[in-house]
Amino acid sequence: MSVWSGYLTLILEGALVTLQLTVMGSALALVMAFLAGLGRLSRFFAVRALATTYIEFFRGTSIFVQLFWVYFVLPFAGLTLTPLQAGVLALGLNVGAYGAEVVRGAVKAVGREQTEACIALNLSRFQRMRHVILPQALPLMLPTFCNNAIELLKGTAVVSLISLTDLTFQAQVVRAQTGNTLIPFATILFLYFAMAWAISTVMRWLERRVTRSLDGVRT
Amino acid sequence: MPSPIIRIDSIVKRYGPLTVLDGLSMNVMPGEKLALIGPSGSGKTTILRILMTLESISGGHIEVDGEQLYHMKKGADLVAADERHLHRMRKKIGMVFQHFNLFPHKCVLDNVTLAPMLTQGATRADAEKRAMDLLDMVGMADKAKAVPAQLSGGQKQRVAIARALALSPKIMLFDEVTSALDPELVEEVLNVMRRLAAETDMTMLLVTHEMGFAHDFADRVLFFDRGKIVEEGGPDEIFRNPKQERTQTFLRKIIAAGHRV
Repeated sequence: MSVWSGYLTLILEGALVTLQLTVMGSALALVMAFLAGLGRLSRFFAVRALATTYIEFFRGTSIFVQLFWVYFVLPFAGLTLTPLQAGVLALGLNVGAYGAEVVRGAVKAVGREQTEACIALNLSRFQRMRHVILPQALPLMLPTFCNNAIELLKGTAVVSLISLTDLTFQAQVVRAQTGNTLIPFATILFLYFAMAWAISTVMRWLERRVTRSLDGVRT
Repeated sequence: MPSPIIRIDSIVKRYGPLTVLDGLSMNVMPGEKLALIGPSGSGKTTILRILMTLESISGGHIEVDGEQLYHMKKGADLVAADERHLHRMRKKIGMVFQHFNLFPHKCVLDNVTLAPMLTQGATRADAEKRAMDLLDMVGMADKAKAVPAQLSGGQKQRVAIARALALSPKIMLFDEVTSALDPELVEEVLNVMRRLAAETDMTMLLVTHEMGFAHDFADRVLFFDRGKIVEEGGPDEIFRNPKQERTQTFLRKIIAAGHRV
């Protein structure tokens, strides 16, 4: 039994790495989603083009390849990252590209008449976005952001390929050392599920909070 | 003789191949109450939207309060106005919309205070005091903490009027402000506007299908058809004794449809 408790510690350490990757990756993804999503709505062509290129590139190539580029190819350009940094960067940029389209869609879903009211009240473009459009668009984004965060969590497993000791990597270590597949993989199955469930719970709570002031308001 | 507060000079507005306004010119005097009537698609709402800078123009010039609206001086030349110029010009003009366009995520009070706090640097206390005075004037002070979803159409529109007034514009544009309302709610909005017309010297442009109200409210009535002013004159002239056949036909149809004149 003491043998298994040692292995369990190993897996829990992996869970911590996965958690770090998910939290930091989501934070980066969120920033990228807003930058690129609002960038696509910019009135400047160059900004729109840049945002579109980012989105299409990171949606159009696999996270696996992106991770290898970030970890193995960037050093040739003089940028060497730790496995954790590389993992956060690749995951954040990848999921951020999906999130950007969520941001854009939600902003566009807020009616044109709201913008017209803002113009008539002489609000600046920034003020329109900050005080009128985004507060109404945010509740529309949250359900899909929740999906994206869970996708990111599950996507973290690819970092085991660059020898980052995440949940999946540790399970493979335990499997190799004990010859037992069922116990380590049943354990990480449960742990992944628990983390995903935690994400949904937090997002549901957020959604309730954000929509409370809008309750029954959207027509 | 004071000079006009709005000078519209051969304005052209096209949407693709469709020409909505074709060289329209008109003047509005300070303090004048103007009613714009006519069939839908005649360009009357487009005029208001152009004055509010919600639409661009395809040609012509507009002067508001002595300054070009869509153009600005650059040296000796007139060039297209930039955002800063438009921002300055919009201070002179307010608008009330057919569908109210209140901010659904803000309470009534915040709807009214938002713009003065953001664009005029008003403190919250000052903005709220002024907002409560205005809400009181439109009979909505007791609903200051309600959100728009809890209000009837007539109440929403009265809040929207207070919201536009909070910026103290010289010119107010009313775009079919009662068209989206249930019939029994129309009167409460019109009453607010009657008081406004009586108590202020604001210049008001009103696009409406309420002919009875247009008659009582306006100093001058313009009848629009196909992007042109077909006939204009005092309300009695236009409504009791229209000269143009198209005006007569339009008014007959309106009366047949059950609108009061």
